Amino acid sequence: MNLASLAWRSLWNRRGTAALVVVSIALSVVLLLGVERLRDQARTSFANTVSGVDLVVGARTGPVNLLLYSVFRLGEPTSNVSWESYRTFAEHDRVKWTVPLSLGDSHRGFPVVATNRDYFEHYRYGDRRSLKLAEGEEFDGVFDAVLGARVARELGYSVGDRIIVAHGGGEMAHTRHDDKPFFVTGILEPTGTPVDQSVHVSLEGFEAIHVDWRGGAPVPGLSISAEQARRMDLTPSGITAFLVGLESRVAVFGVQRDVNNFQDEALMAILPRLTLQQLWDLLAVGERALLAVSLLVLVVALVAMMSALLTGLNERRREMAILRALGARPWQIFALILGETLLLTVLGALLGVVVMQAVVAAAGAWLGSALGMTISAWPPSPREWWLLAAVIGGGLVAGLWPATRACLNALQDGMTVRL
Amino acid sequence: MTRAPALEVDRVSFRWRRKDAPVLEIERLEVGAGERLFLGGPSGSGKSTLLSLVAGVLVPGDGRVRVLGHDTRVLSGPGRDRFRADHLGVIFQMFNLLPWLPVLDNVMLPCRFSHTRRNRAEQRDGSVAAQARRLLGRLGLDAERVLARPVTELSVGQQQRVAAARALIGAPELVLADEPTSALDADRRADFVALLTEQCGETGAALLFVSHDRALAAAFDRHLELGEINRVAQEAGA
Repeated sequence: MNLASLAWRSLWNRRGTAALVVVSIALSVVLLLGVERLRDQARTSFANTVSGVDLVVGARTGPVNLLLYSVFRLGEPTSNVSWESYRTFAEHDRVKWTVPLSLGDSHRGFPVVATNRDYFEHYRYGDRRSLKLAEGEEFDGVFDAVLGARVARELGYSVGDRIIVAHGGGEMAHTRHDDKPFFVTGILEPTGTPVDQSVHVSLEGFEAIHVDWRGGAPVPGLSISAEQARRMDLTPSGITAFLVGLESRVAVFGVQRDVNNFQDEALMAILPRLTLQQLWDLLAVGERALLAVSLLVLVVALVAMMSALLTGLNERRREMAILRALGARPWQIFALILGETLLLTVLGALLGVVVMQAVVAAAGAWLGSALGMTISAWPPSPREWWLLAAVIGGGLVAGLWPATRACLNALQDGMTVRL
Repeated sequence: MTRAPALEVDRVSFRWRRKDAPVLEIERLEVGAGERLFLGGPSGSGKSTLLSLVAGVLVPGDGRVRVLGHDTRVLSGPGRDRFRADHLGVIFQMFNLLPWLPVLDNVMLPCRFSHTRRNRAEQRDGSVAAQARRLLGRLGLDAERVLARPVTELSVGQQQRVAAARALIGAPELVLADEPTSALDADRRADFVALLTEQCGETGAALLFVSHDRALAAAFDRHLELGEINRVAQEAGA
């Protein structure tokens, strides 16, 4: 169209200023999309921490608390589930599989998770992906350990290394089970979930290191060597929690009710997805604050564009008067300026999307492993399309004032140009 | 059938605001079809106001301005804009050209706003660009050499001739020139006026040429002084 090519030519003549405007819009778009993308992917990878697990069962406590220690390995479990209760539900006729978990110990700040080989078979994360070993093999012996990817990377372990488990959690755990070391048999591939930060040992091993302990402390004078422990019955008396997979998802509320109404012990079953959602909603305040800040940055960029246009109008009064003398209608003057703001914002938005893609392509993998989640930039989510539409809409709104001013100037000046 | 006069001004008075004294009061002014009229007058004699009234940018409070037989007060605002685009060519004192358009595009600009003028140019010369080149050639601009340069590198004299070509493209019936020679050297002025009147004669356009430089008047069909026909100026001068 004629008017569009005029707008483009005029803009090209002022390309220095225009480029600055486009870059500032682009940067604010990058920030806006970046925050939105991180928010979105944090939410997704959060929700992806477990998948395919129908119920998580533990001693009665708050649902979020149970989720935090069973899945995220955060916080301290309050009490245990007895082995008998666990077996009762493991053999429940609607239960397909269970994965027992015992928690509480740590290795140099990383949580130790005692479980059995069902863990490797049934644990799913993300889009129903199963755990894979990067090297070595699953644990077999009592004192075997399988490390999460991050544990191995940060502590520089490889298969065959010897590790000592400390009693209790956190860096401050000083009482060490140094009489019974574990040996690394396998290292898992990265998952972007708390699995990466876990040291996995067998339930028997976990029982063995505590066999000469009572009430959270070694029994004085009683010392049972690793060799002696190996020959004992290492069936644990209790576990912290267990994950449940059902024969059919339809049964989920029935089994949940059975657990909650279990007479022998105060137990609780939660639906992990639902509780994850509740937990995320708790964290959503910060996410909204970030979004608000990036929206403000966008507003600043649009106001900068508006002021650049308004400043330019004075220099362009003669241009408008010439166009009017040649027969340009006032609405064409209006459209010329508005078209210019549209062009600037669309270019800014496009550049922003391109920069965003480039950043993710260049640093996505690094960022992903640093944040413990996977980051992909394409395709944009529906919300991102909405944000881009809002950027362009905001640009048009910011252009209304300069366009109106130009139009009024043109009407007022007519063909006489004041210089 | 005789053509309607290019311009008829009848008992027109114009004031900026209701309470202000009129700045322009003209009993009668007529420019015949194809006539080239020199309208002399010092600055401040109401020249710009008169031209704005003729171009339809302003409308008179009293009286009637008819361009090619059309009363500007009868036309709507956008109607006047369209009418101006179709039938009028305008040359300003200076800075006539858009600095960000190449010479040829500057000349062709009126045809972007008027189908009528585009069609006329295409009928006469095959294409708008061809007419633009022809007019530039007639106005003494070696088209190829000038075309290659940015507008801002042309001399003032060259710029005014480009502006003349732009005013003439698509054969508008009336060309308005507002002191187009005031920025030119004395010896260039006569050349420019000769070229402009000659080209208006060739395209059949009437020319309303406003200037304070009466030495140029000889090249025109008729010479009028705005001071003689504008009663406001007479009073002020007296």
